[in-house]
Amino acid sequence: MSPKNKAKFHRWREMPDLWVQCPDCRKMVTKTKVSAMIEVCPKCGYHFEISSRERIDTLLDPGSFCELFADLEPDDPLRFTGRKPYRERLKKAQEDTGLRDACVIGRGRISEIQIVFGVSDSRFMRGSMGSVVGEKICRGVECATAERLPFVFVSGSGGGARMDEGILSLMQMAKTSAALARFQREGGFFISILTNPTMGGAMASFAALGDIVIAEPKALIGFAGPNVVKETMKKELPEGFQTAEFFLEHGFVDLVVSRPDLRAKVAALLAYAR
Amino acid sequence: MMAKEAGGRVVSRTPDFEEPILEIDEKIAELKRFSASTDVNLTEQIQQLTRKSEEMKRRIFAHLTPWQRVLIARHSDRPQATDILDLVAEEFIELHGDRAFRDDPCILTGLARIGGRRCMVVGHRKGKTTREKLACGFGCAHPEGYRKAIQKMRLAAKLGLPVVSFIDTPGAHPGMEAEERGQAFVIALALKEMADLPTPIVCLILGEGGSGGALGIGVGDRILMLEHAYYSVISPEGCAAILWKDSGHAPAAAEALKLTADDLLGLGVIDEILPEPLGGAHRDVAATAETIKGALLRHLGEIGEAKRGDLVARRFDKFRRMGRFLENSER
Repeated sequence: MSPKNKAKFHRWREMPDLWVQCPDCRKMVTKTKVSAMIEVCPKCGYHFEISSRERIDTLLDPGSFCELFADLEPDDPLRFTGRKPYRERLKKAQEDTGLRDACVIGRGRISEIQIVFGVSDSRFMRGSMGSVVGEKICRGVECATAERLPFVFVSGSGGGARMDEGILSLMQMAKTSAALARFQREGGFFISILTNPTMGGAMASFAALGDIVIAEPKALIGFAGPNVVKETMKKELPEGFQTAEFFLEHGFVDLVVSRPDLRAKVAALLAYAR
Repeated sequence: MMAKEAGGRVVSRTPDFEEPILEIDEKIAELKRFSASTDVNLTEQIQQLTRKSEEMKRRIFAHLTPWQRVLIARHSDRPQATDILDLVAEEFIELHGDRAFRDDPCILTGLARIGGRRCMVVGHRKGKTTREKLACGFGCAHPEGYRKAIQKMRLAAKLGLPVVSFIDTPGAHPGMEAEERGQAFVIALALKEMADLPTPIVCLILGEGGSGGALGIGVGDRILMLEHAYYSVISPEGCAAILWKDSGHAPAAAEALKLTADDLLGLGVIDEILPEPLGGAHRDVAATAETIKGALLRHLGEIGEAKRGDLVARRFDKFRRMGRFLENSER
């Protein structure tokens, strides 16, 4: 270790609360710098995971968010038990996050433009879609249809469809797509924002159906998980496979926008739909 | 005899529980051959064995586990959409291509006349020979396959023809090219298009209802299912790999996922279970086809009477209701 790095290392050791290691470039960066960029690594641009609360606070006008359908709670229709019962896993996720399920929906404003806004929280069972997530998205879309408002949804779901609710979670794909079909048929405007990661059943339904699809840089996006693809192909995957930039290049994403610029960009887009 | 395919998926040549049945059936065939070649009358013995075989089938098939059903659904002799079409359609004109990239043989589309009724058929194709199976990706369709289905369904709507969809897939293809060509985006589009299609859609799950790949042609006014087919959000092997880090726990996962026809009827996901001949659809393909034909015509007749606007609205309500959650409960 060079003397310079050694000195740095001692600084980290002495003040562990002030530093964080970027999981992508492995560099140590100060938390204040990261948080000034809305949880983005100042060295490499890696986007840290943020909670639904932080997303609402940083994307919408301050104090404008008014949550809807907050009393929906997950059930356990299959009485599903893997290594641990679904009920136990739900309880733990609820305690860890303070949320009832992985999706928050409500009315809000971006630069004074009224919208219906939703976000899936990837900390809650990897943001997977069960009946509550599907139902909340549908109700949000229906609210936007009735009030003729744009619908903006930020997806973060590594889990895709929630296995613990079996076939009913698969049906949420059809349900949310049907709701968006009706919304868009009636002229509704939907901006879908894909964050790291958006995969499987979430990506293969509502998240892909934006009139405009935006992705955060380097976000993992796709249908099958990289490990499954690797196993199918029996070879290493190329650098940057299934990233936001990859899908931009292949024509499936309209824009890649980094988090500090997101609010302004969404506001600019919404202005066209007034 | 079991064999493992790529990805640790278990496919069955002959499932273990079926072997005693096969043994007796072989004996019966042998006795018949012997009797025919030697003029020895063995009718009584043959009848006795036939009764025994029937009895055994009844016993085994009365208590199938979910995992055993999965194995039947994957049985190499299980009738595929092409077999059923051969038997139920007086005419079938296959239509190829997605008008964008290529013709995916894994998705079969074409105009058909079934019991005098004209319709658009959409279905998965697994293939029969090794060459076909490889070309069809063992029933795992690519984005262009789903795009082809969308394109043909739009044509059906224009011509005022109902759509009949035969579902039989382990899942949508999870390969590099499929990702590159937007597998997730195209499946999502297919779901949206089917939700909005102004013509009747009847779906039938023939064998495997593998996740998004099945749902990709599975949004309809009626969802029918053969008795031993399965329909699941994830394969039992995939589920076991996640839960127990070992795909060998697939039988337990199959149990937990509630993927049998009875389970799905109870959960309100399917509308009707079509009974299979004793011992499974592969034991009597003609009888299976007859059942399917009857059910398809009955449902097409029923839906055909609805007005187009009502049709889409009713289909919307059908899927809108799916799911279970709690509301207004205090934490």
